[in-house]
Amino acid sequence: MLSSYQLDLLSNLGINILLALSVYCPMATGQLSIGNAGFMALGGYTSAILTVHLHFPLFPALITGGIVAGIIGVLVGFPALRLKGIFLAMATLAFGEIVRNFFMNFLKPLTGGAYGFRGIGDTPISIIWIWGWVLFFLLFFFFLSRSRTGLAMLAIHDDETVSELIGIHSVLLKVGAFGTGAFIAGVGGGLYAHYYLYIEPEFFNVWESIHMVLYVIMGGMLTFWGAVLGASIFTLVPEFTRILQDWRGAFFGVVIIGLMILRPSGIVTRDMLRMDFWRPHRKETES
Amino acid sequence: MFIQQIFNGIMLGSTYALIAIAFTILMGILNMLNFAIGEIFMLGAIYGLTFVNLGLPFYLAVPLAMVCTGITCLIVERFSFRPLRNAPPLVPLVSTIGFSILFQNTAVNFFGSERSQFPQWIEPVNLYIGPVLISSTQIITLSLAVLLMVALDLFIQRTRLGRGMRSVAESLDTASILGVDSNLIILMTFFFSGALAGAAGIIFGISFSIVSPFMGMEPGIKGIAAMIVGGMGNLRGAIVGGMFIGIIEVLSVAYFGSSARDFAVYGLLFLALLIRPQGILGVLQPERERI
Repeated sequence: MLSSYQLDLLSNLGINILLALSVYCPMATGQLSIGNAGFMALGGYTSAILTVHLHFPLFPALITGGIVAGIIGVLVGFPALRLKGIFLAMATLAFGEIVRNFFMNFLKPLTGGAYGFRGIGDTPISIIWIWGWVLFFLLFFFFLSRSRTGLAMLAIHDDETVSELIGIHSVLLKVGAFGTGAFIAGVGGGLYAHYYLYIEPEFFNVWESIHMVLYVIMGGMLTFWGAVLGASIFTLVPEFTRILQDWRGAFFGVVIIGLMILRPSGIVTRDMLRMDFWRPHRKETES
Repeated sequence: MFIQQIFNGIMLGSTYALIAIAFTILMGILNMLNFAIGEIFMLGAIYGLTFVNLGLPFYLAVPLAMVCTGITCLIVERFSFRPLRNAPPLVPLVSTIGFSILFQNTAVNFFGSERSQFPQWIEPVNLYIGPVLISSTQIITLSLAVLLMVALDLFIQRTRLGRGMRSVAESLDTASILGVDSNLIILMTFFFSGALAGAAGIIFGISFSIVSPFMGMEPGIKGIAAMIVGGMGNLRGAIVGGMFIGIIEVLSVAYFGSSARDFAVYGLLFLALLIRPQGILGVLQPERERI
């Protein structure tokens, strides 16, 4: 039987994996988002408002939170198509801050504003909920990575111009990936709100978004396993380095710097997964 | 009242402009976004305060702190730029995020997480210039900021090394072939960037009486915003962008309350990126003429 500390750690891990996947999804098409804490906040607040004030059951509330985040993700994703690299990163960062300030200043009667959203708790969730969602999205990405769509996303990531030349609908895929990422972040935010039973706008600040990006880049941004591994390492390693006490944060920084020098494309790379023993052997019949 | 607010905006904006220049020279010359500049800004204030508390007069503490932050920025170069020159641009960015985590946590461990402030070093005298109230501290910090900006601009436009920096901005390889010592130029760029960020930290610390290990994040992001609004990689644009963001911030607080501040600044950044990704000055500036 797991202790409550271990259960907490595992729940935290599950939520972090979801958040890492939410960053991985747009990044798989070459879009860096440093605003996913904003989508997480949208999902968290929407679902919490639904369960607390409108007495929704948990599952529809989570889905609605995810959908709200996803729709806003698509709305942001369209104009963001014009932007690349650091410009896109800054636009998403600004978006995340706008959302945080929105919940700080508006809807105060419903959410408590800067004082935090109390009273979530009619429908607390167990670890099974979280890992159920993690499993669902892992399967989703597993099948996506084996599908034509997954290949098309990979092609856009590697070279957008060429992939458009061979007939890949890059606008649809990029906006879709951005929206899907926002949906996952929204669900993650809903789970976060209903697991910890308390949220405040300050939770969803820039550092939260940056951490999500770090999970993916550390783990390896080219496969979804990288996101999972990155989230796991950065959730579990700080727990095992408690001996370092005050220097844990500094150590975390040194690990990032070192990893970028040693493995600039992350821990899990595409080459590593090329020894794909679980895949059926490719037929060479297509000419 | 309005003119006073504009002046306050320029005061705040001069800090943002210095940070934006620190970002801009790295972006324009080496095409690198150094995320750690926000924390180097914070370290500048902390070094400065430490030197002042050790008994150094201000006119020594400020340049000394600038040299220290310049050297700190060279450490960033050694680990985040030099080994990663051929990596995709995201990798150095993430590496500098690692540095900002490292700097912030180290500062908390040595300095403590509490706020402190610079001691008063001159008699505060308030002057009225027309309707505008200016304190003696403001005059000194503002003129320091302007002096640094003008000096850097002259250095880049007029000196031999400055010409080297401009040529590296055009193309690092070509500049090397033509005999520019590109390694020296890179080190110099990082040093200037760190020194300016450090100076901005001290000016901010003196003007707003705050020195804390957590002071770097927000001005850092606003510095990036100023760089983008002013047209990426353009020194004079960064100055205008910094002033613009400072004035917008002060005016939105003055007329719509403090909760409007971040809305205004980040909303502006978001819109600026969506509508004019090339920045306000991007069009006025010829395409090739970076820095």
